[in-house]
This record gives sequence, structure tokens and C-alpha cells, in this order.
Amino acid sequence: MVNRRRRSGFRILLAIYCGFVFFFLVAPLFVVFPISFSAARYLTFPPPGFSWQWYLSYINDPAWIQATITSIKVALGTTVLATLLGTMVAFSLVRGSYPGRSWVDRLVAAPIIVPNIIIAVALYGVFARFQLVGAWYGVMLGHTVYAIPFVVLVVGAGLRTFDQNQELAAMGLGASRLEAVWHVTLPQIRPAIISAAFLAFITSFDELIIALFTSGTNATLPKKMFENIIFEIDPTIAAVSVLQILLVGIVVTLAARFGVGMNPIR
Amino acid sequence: MTASAGLAASFRYTFGRGNPNRRQVLLGLPTVLFLLFLFAIPVARFMLLPIADGTIEPYVKALTGELFLLVIWNTFKIAAYVTLFSFLLGYPVAYFLTVAPPVWRLIGFFCVLIPFWTSILVRTYAWLVILGRRGIINETLLSAGIIETPLAMLHSTPAVLLGMVHVLMPFFIFPVYSVMQRIDTNLISAARGLGAPDWRVFLSVYLPLTLPGVLSGATLVFILSMGFFITPALLGGGRVTMISVLIEQYVNTFLDWQFAGALSAVLLAVTLIAYGLMKWAMKGDKKW
Repeated sequence: MVNRRRRSGFRILLAIYCGFVFFFLVAPLFVVFPISFSAARYLTFPPPGFSWQWYLSYINDPAWIQATITSIKVALGTTVLATLLGTMVAFSLVRGSYPGRSWVDRLVAAPIIVPNIIIAVALYGVFARFQLVGAWYGVMLGHTVYAIPFVVLVVGAGLRTFDQNQELAAMGLGASRLEAVWHVTLPQIRPAIISAAFLAFITSFDELIIALFTSGTNATLPKKMFENIIFEIDPTIAAVSVLQILLVGIVVTLAARFGVGMNPIR
Repeated sequence: MTASAGLAASFRYTFGRGNPNRRQVLLGLPTVLFLLFLFAIPVARFMLLPIADGTIEPYVKALTGELFLLVIWNTFKIAAYVTLFSFLLGYPVAYFLTVAPPVWRLIGFFCVLIPFWTSILVRTYAWLVILGRRGIINETLLSAGIIETPLAMLHSTPAVLLGMVHVLMPFFIFPVYSVMQRIDTNLISAARGLGAPDWRVFLSVYLPLTLPGVLSGATLVFILSMGFFITPALLGGGRVTMISVLIEQYVNTFLDWQFAGALSAVLLAVTLIAYGLMKWAMKGDKKW
């Protein structure tokens, strides 16, 4: 009896403690919303009145729009390339057993472990030599390096739960290997591939450091935001932040609807 | 048979028609080439720049110069603190997510996942708004008459820590939660049934069972902290220097690629050592 009471006391303490942590995690995001509708001309809190001016200043500034277009182009390119390359190598890693497989495994995982700043500067060196700095597809190549491990992680997990005998059965019934993979395997791991694609998109869309070095004057959205924060911190960036939170929210919701879910815990 | 002939033979076997895994090899080849040419070789070249130029002086400078040792030590300290705070704040949260009733669990997940999916830049900007000279905390304290001049909270180590813990804590929570979820609760009941007090159950049974999750979460947070750039660059405002910020300065401001390469080598070495230690401590628990 005493024990039970003590335990429920512990639960209440735990709930209060976690409540604080949850507040710490979420509160900063909600700060951005009121600021983006501020009627003041500079950053101040609480905002003195309501206005759309910072959203208008975003829409009417060609530099912001250009950065947004560049970011979307880069992210779409990364999504296609990383999903393709990642899925292929995931098949190879899960199903193959060849000498050097463990080294391929390490090579594919490495871009997560090597700090981004090192990848960024190294690529900057390469791109500078081939005059790729400032080209959107240069940034796309860099982001693909960084996104491949995530794709392999998600697609690999999906592939491991797939029973390869189904493919053999299809081939036994007269399908070619390609037909078997296309009609039997791919439809079943489609949720994993879709999740991986969304993950690649968000990874690229949010990435700053590689873009900071390799995008040159053709800034992506995060780079433009970074420079804006450093040089002229005005509430335009709050409006951009809100739009970005909404976009990522839409992407995550879509992924949860069509993929295996964007909950990295499962 | 010479080594190169052996290598050629194994090469021929790997790609030859006789290998039953030839298809798998060919399937992986484009990605491997892609990563070799756009990742492994550029990174290796960059870090070995001084050696290519016939000098090891930059490495010596990076490891003995007083200023650089200080920065490396500072980076290490910040990474250690971020890891510690992620544990202190994240471990109870992971436990809460494991035992809470469904509604609360959903709310909890929401609170962990929403920031996780939000851009790091947006979150760092939010901290600027909260901690700035004309930020929320200062304005509130000023109007309440508690302080008379704004507090200088930005551009300090605590501000950087706050921002980094906020960004990195979810990376600790996920692996710990996934381990906690799989723990057999009968073990807890058994320990209780045998008369162990709660603290003993926790220290001798629960904590050791969650250790694999704690280790991988802590390593992940530590590795990410060591190479962190955005938060120290923005919240530290040049006053809190971490290795990554220094690397950026040597490339963009001093145009000293050799030294930037040497610093990167040091950063990568520390990162790999941390990763290796974790792998060694978790032998058998394979994830990749």
C-alpha cells in the first residue's frame, strides 16, 4: 500500500519533469509564429500589432524567392538521385555476400559519421577545381552524398523484412528476375522507399553547411536564412520559418500517409 | 603469387560471371563509385593536403598550438556537456514515453518529433528571439522591473549549450526509447518480488538493460556535437569557438587550406575514436 502510494508519487514527479522538458522542446517553435505577424519594424516581443508585412516582404523579395526555388530544385534532384543510388546499394548490401561487402557497408554509413563541415569543405575544394561552385546540381551532388545513408537505413530495414522466396516463386511461375522484382518485391517495399524519398527531400531542404560552401552566389533557402540572421536580423526570417515549418509538416504528414511513417523511433 | 596478382584474381572473381553474387556487386557499384569520388577521396585528399605538400607542420601546429588545444578542449567539453544534459533530460522522457497512457504518449511524441522535423536554423533563430538583447526574457524582466538593463545572454557557452541540447536531445531519446520498449517487464517484477527496493531495481536491473540504447544515443549526440557548426556559429557569436567554426574560418577568412585540413583530421580522429569505443562497448549488438 505504502509502496503503491510512493510509486504514484513518483509518476507525478516524472510527469511534471517531462512536462518541463516537453515545454523546453516545443516552446521555442511557437515563439516564431507571433513574431512573423508582428507590426513592428524590428525584432521585438510581444509584437505591438498584427500585420502581414513580413510575409509580403518575403514574397516581394526576388532573392528570397530565388533561394526558395533553388532549394526546391536541389531537394527534388537529391530525392531522385539518393533514392535511386540508396535503394540499389541497399539491395546489394542486404542480399549480397561478396568480399568487401563490410567495406561497402562502412563506406555507405560514413557520411553520417564524418562531420558535415569536413564533407562540405572537401567538396568545396573539388567543386572549385571543376568550377561547379554556385551550380545547383553541385549542391545536389553534395546533398546526395549526405542523404544516401538515410535511404539505405530505411530501405534496408524494409528489405530485411521481405521474404525473398516470394520472388523465387514468381520466377518459378515464369517471371523473369526483373519482372519478379518489379511486380513482387518493389510493391511490398514501396512504403519504405517512399519514406526514404521524403527523408532525402527533408535532409536536403534543411541542409545548411554543404550549401554554405558549395552554393556560391546561388544561395539555397537555409543559406539565405543563415546570412539573414548574421547580417540583418529582421522578422522576414520568422515568416520564412513559419512557411518552412508548414512545408515540412506537410511533407511529414504525406510521408506518414504513404510511407512507413516518419517516426524514427519505430 | 605476388600480392597484385592476388588482388587481380580476387577482382576478376568478384566481377566475373563465376561469382553467384555478381548481380549484387554490379547493383552496388554505382553508389560505391559515387561515394568514392564525391566523398571518400575528396575528404581524404583534404585532410592529407599538408602531406601532399610535403609537410607535417600543420598537424603539429594543430596538436601543440596553445590556442588550438584550447579550442579542441573546449569543443570536447561542450560535446560532453551536451551529451550529459541529453541524458539527464532525455532518459526520463524516454521512460515516460514507454509507460505513459496512450493519450499522453501521443502528446509526448508530438513534442519530441515536431522540433525534430523543424529546421535547425529555425530553432536557432527562435533562441535568438528568446535570449536576445530585446528578446522575450529581457523584455519580460525589464517590464516587470526585475532588472534595469538587459542581460547579455547570447554569445556565451550556456546559450550554445541550450541551443545544442535542444537540437540534439531527440537523437538520444530515440535509441533509448526503442530499447526500453523491448525490455521484459517480468524482470522488473521478479526483482521486486525478490524484495529489491525501487532504487535497487532501477540501478541493478533497469539501467543496465537500457545501457545499449544509452550508449548508442550518447555516442550519436557526442559525435554530432563535436562537429556542430550552426548553433555555435550563431548563438556563440564568435566568442564560443568550436573546431568546426575554426575550420570554416581557416577556409573562408585565412584561406589556409592546409591547416583547415589538419584541424579536420583531428576532428575526424576524435569522432572515430568515440564511434570505435561505442562499437567496442556494444559488441554483438549489431545495427548496421
